[in-house]
Order: sequence, then structure tokens, then C-alpha cells
Amino acid sequence: MQSLSNRAKKLEKKPFTLAERAYLPAIFQGLSITMRHFFMKKATIRYPEETRPFSPVFRGLHVLKRDEQGRERCTACGLCAVACPAEAITMVAGERKKGEQNLYREEKYAVSYEINMLRCIFCGLCEEACPKAAIYLQADKMAPPRYERDEFIYGKDRLVEPVSPDNRSKRGIQLTPEQADKLRSQLA
Amino acid sequence: MSLETLGWQGLVILVLFGLSLLIATYCTYAERVIAAFLQDRVGPDRAGPYGLAQPLADAVKMFTKEEFFPGGANKALFIFGPCLAMVTALMSSAVIPFGNFLKFGDTVVHLQGIEINVGMLYVFGIVSLGVYGIMIGGWASNNKFSLLGAIRAASQNISYELAMGLALIAVLMMSGTLSLREITLQQSVPGEWHFWNIVKQPLGFIIFCVCAFAETNRTPFDLPECETELVGGYHTEYSSMKLGLYLFAEYINVFVASAVMSVLYFGGFNFPFQYELSQWLQSSRGLSADMAQNVISILGFAGLFLKIFAFIFFFMWVRWTLPRFRYDQLMRLGWTILIPLAIFNILLTGGLINFGVIAEVKQWWLTSPIAVR
Ligand code: SF4
Ligand code: SF4
Repeated sequence: MQSLSNRAKKLEKKPFTLAERAYLPAIFQGLSITMRHFFMKKATIRYPEETRPFSPVFRGLHVLKRDEQGRERCTACGLCAVACPAEAITMVAGERKKGEQNLYREEKYAVSYEINMLRCIFCGLCEEACPKAAIYLQADKMAPPRYERDEFIYGKDRLVEPVSPDNRSKRGIQLTPEQADKLRSQLA
Repeated sequence: MSLETLGWQGLVILVLFGLSLLIATYCTYAERVIAAFLQDRVGPDRAGPYGLAQPLADAVKMFTKEEFFPGGANKALFIFGPCLAMVTALMSSAVIPFGNFLKFGDTVVHLQGIEINVGMLYVFGIVSLGVYGIMIGGWASNNKFSLLGAIRAASQNISYELAMGLALIAVLMMSGTLSLREITLQQSVPGEWHFWNIVKQPLGFIIFCVCAFAETNRTPFDLPECETELVGGYHTEYSSMKLGLYLFAEYINVFVASAVMSVLYFGGFNFPFQYELSQWLQSSRGLSADMAQNVISILGFAGLFLKIFAFIFFFMWVRWTLPRFRYDQLMRLGWTILIPLAIFNILLTGGLINFGVIAEVKQWWLTSPIAVR
């Protein structure tokens, strides 16, 4: 039959030669191969002590960012929850009271904001959907393993960026040193 | 034999017993590390430095696991199986000469469990009893996979025992004795360390080695426990320390097989240049003849264990290199290749002896002044 790709190789089943039938040469060949591997560099990464370098575009654990003045950026518009293919995000919106202007940037804010890390597929669509540049997937953190399922539901306590100018994520908004100084003086 | 000698001998037996248990324990660790290294991994390294406490952790795991009895199993036999496997495995090392003798004044302590003049026959008998442990366990489990594994073990062991015995006969024809100690001593010709039996019986050694793999149910002949076909083979239904005993017995068998191969073919406790060393110790270091002999004996003891470790490594190396045989291939190899080869080997050896090649050498050994009997 004509082969379509013209790359087909014709194989013949030859009778075994004496060396092949004796089997021992093949065994020694195999043994020498495994022995070579015995002395090779090991591929293992001893995990907790050693970690692999993350890719710069790695999508890891979410963070809810603050703006330059330390106010939460999220306005609880719900676009991230709509965009989320895994329906991992839930939130409750609330109105900003008087005197809370230094806490929340917009008049409407998320009273509670939860991401279920067991549902999340770390696609990053929430990050793309956000109009306020509030949610980011960090490139250097993963959601660590836990014993209980409800520990995987991350609330605002674990999602919102801590109020520290030094605590800058690799991605998202980077504070310039001047901005950081300003923020520090405001917080003091 | 004086009471004191008897006490010493008892101590030696205890030490050897403990040593074989310890080695079997660390075989489990070695197996995993060697497997890992051959596969570019590092193996267990968490429990203790370099993972050396891993066998202890395994033992804790084994002891704390649920003890499971399958429904319809014959309970007594179910327990008896692993016990028998373990007992026979431990018994076979009794006659292996792990070293020459130590001499303190009038007390002579042989580094050997017990010296009997049918040593090799004893090892053979015990090893063939070992298959009953597997048979009984597989039968008592009331599980078809276990039974299949047990039947495989039985037929495999019987087939390969034949070839093994025939390979051994060639050695016996040359040495004229069944005593392992005698066989070892005959392999020590002053100044000629390459006088080990492997030189005289290369073919016999290959046959014996292949059969040893089959007898200990190690890959490529591990069909009795063949995971891909039989779940876990004869120990499918076993859990907890009863499973541990089976696995342990396998490692002890590997240890004993390595020891027997070292003794039969690789000079046992002899090592190169031992006579030169002994002479040197006496002349330059001023040691008495007895003390020099003691030093040589201890070095020989260590040397034999080196050989044994090398063989154990080889067992593991092969295990992580070769795939498993198919059952018909196994039987064909045993009956149509190894047995005829072994018979040919006997004829060859007989011919060599008849034409005086080996007798001449043996005569020279018997008349040599250093032949300690
Ligand atoms: S990363 Fe994807 S799955 Fe996870 S919360 Fe965002 S949108 Fe949902
Ligand atoms: S994180 Fe962004 S998209 Fe989601 S609710 Fe807040 S502002 Fe809207």
C-alpha cells in the first residue's frame, strides 16, 4: 500500500542473532545504562527547603490591592464574580460611612469578599475584569494546603493587602519610594 | 567442646542473627535509595540523617496498621504462612561461614553459626521449605490472586531449584565436599587470590546466579507477586506486620543468596594477599601467629560482608533495570535453557577433572604446607 506521508519505514522481523538470543549482552547493556543514571545529577527538588523559581507570569494567590493612600481599591462592582468561570468569588457590598474615606477609595465598598480557593482555577479572569485594578494574582505566592475545607475560603482578612508600604507585591501597583514615604507619614 | 567455647559460639550465633536481621532491615532502605538513584531521584531522606531512620518509621507504620483477616480465610494457616517464610529465611544462614576462626589462648571461636558437613544440602533444604510459607499464605487467603501467586511461586521454585542444584553439583564435584567451610578453605591458595571458584566455574556461576534471582522471587522473576497481573500476588490479602514479615523474609533470602554465592564462587572469607598480610603482621609487627590469624579472620569477615553487600546491590540494580519475564518465558528459560546448560556444565567439569586439570591444582593445594585443615 502506498503510504500517504512517504515516511513509513518498512520493518522486517529478523530472526535473533546468537548474541540477542543469549540475552546476557542486552542485560549488561541495560545495567550499564542504569549505572550511568546512578551517578547522574538528580532531578529532585527537595521541596520545602528548595523551591522552583516561579515564572514571572505565574498566577498564584489573589491579593486585594490598596491605593497609594492605603485605601482599599475594590468597589464591590461584582465584575470579577461575573467573570469568574468557576464561580469562586462572592461578596457583600456596603456603603461607605462618613469618616471612612481613608479606608475605602470609593463610596461603595466590599463589606465581605470571599474567594473559595478550592473552586478557583487561577485563570486570572477576575484580574482582567476588574475596572479598579483592585484584584491581582500574585506571581510569587500559592494557596498553601490546609487540613479543613473551610480554611480554603479566603476572606478579606487574608486577601486584602496589609497596610504597609514595604509590603509590595511583585505584581500590581508598585509604590515609588516617594509614594511610600507619603503613605508612611499618613499612617503615622 | 568446652563450656566456654560453647558460650562464645552462642554469642557468635546471636551476633550473626542480629546482623542478618539488621542487614535485612537496611535492605528495605537500600532498595529504595538505590531505586531512586537509578531513576535520577534521591529516595527517602527525611527520617533522620540521610533518611537512615526510615526502616524504623516503616516498622512503626507496619505495626500500627490494621490487622486484617479476609472472610473465609483459614485463620491459623493465614498466620502460619508469614511465620514459616520468616523462620526458614532466618534458618538458612546458620551454616554459612562468615569468617574463619578467632583464637584466644585455648579457646577457638568459629565465626559461623554451626559447622555441619552437609552445609550446602542444609541450605538447599531450608530454601526449598521457604516456598511453603508462600504456598500456605497464598492458599489460606481464600483469594484467587493469592492462590495464583502461590502456585506460580511453587512451580517457579521447583523449576529453578533443579537448575540451581545441577549448577551446584559441578562445584561439589570439584571440591568433593558439601561443607561450606571446606569449600571456602579450598578457595584460598597462598598468593593466588584469583583461585576463587568463579574462575573455575564461570558458567556454573551464571546459572546459579540466575536461579538465585528466581528462588528469591526477585525481579525479573518476581511473578509470584507480579503487581500488574495479580494485585499483590501471594500477599494480596496481607496487611500490617504479617505483610512486613513476608517482605522481610524476601530481603533475608536475598542476603542469604548473596552470602551463598559469595561463599561458593567468590572465595567466602578469603581475600587477596591474606597470607602475605599474615606474614607481614608476624614479621614486621611482631604479632603471634594466633593474633595474626585473628586479624586476618576479622578482615575476612568484613571482606565477606563487602562481597555480600556487592551482591545485594547487584540484586537491586537488576531489579530496577530489567522488566519482568512472562510466565511462559520464565518456564522456557528454566527448563529448556538453564537445565541443559547446567548438565553441559557438569559434563565439562567432569571432563576437566578427568583430564587432570583440576585434580592437579587440587593436589597442589592439598600438599601445600599452609593448607590448614
Ligand atoms: S482566578 Fe479565575 S477562577 Fe479564580 S477567582 Fe479569579 S476568575 Fe475566578
Ligand atoms: S475586585 Fe474589582 S471587579 Fe471585583 S468587585 Fe472589586 S472592583 Fe469589582
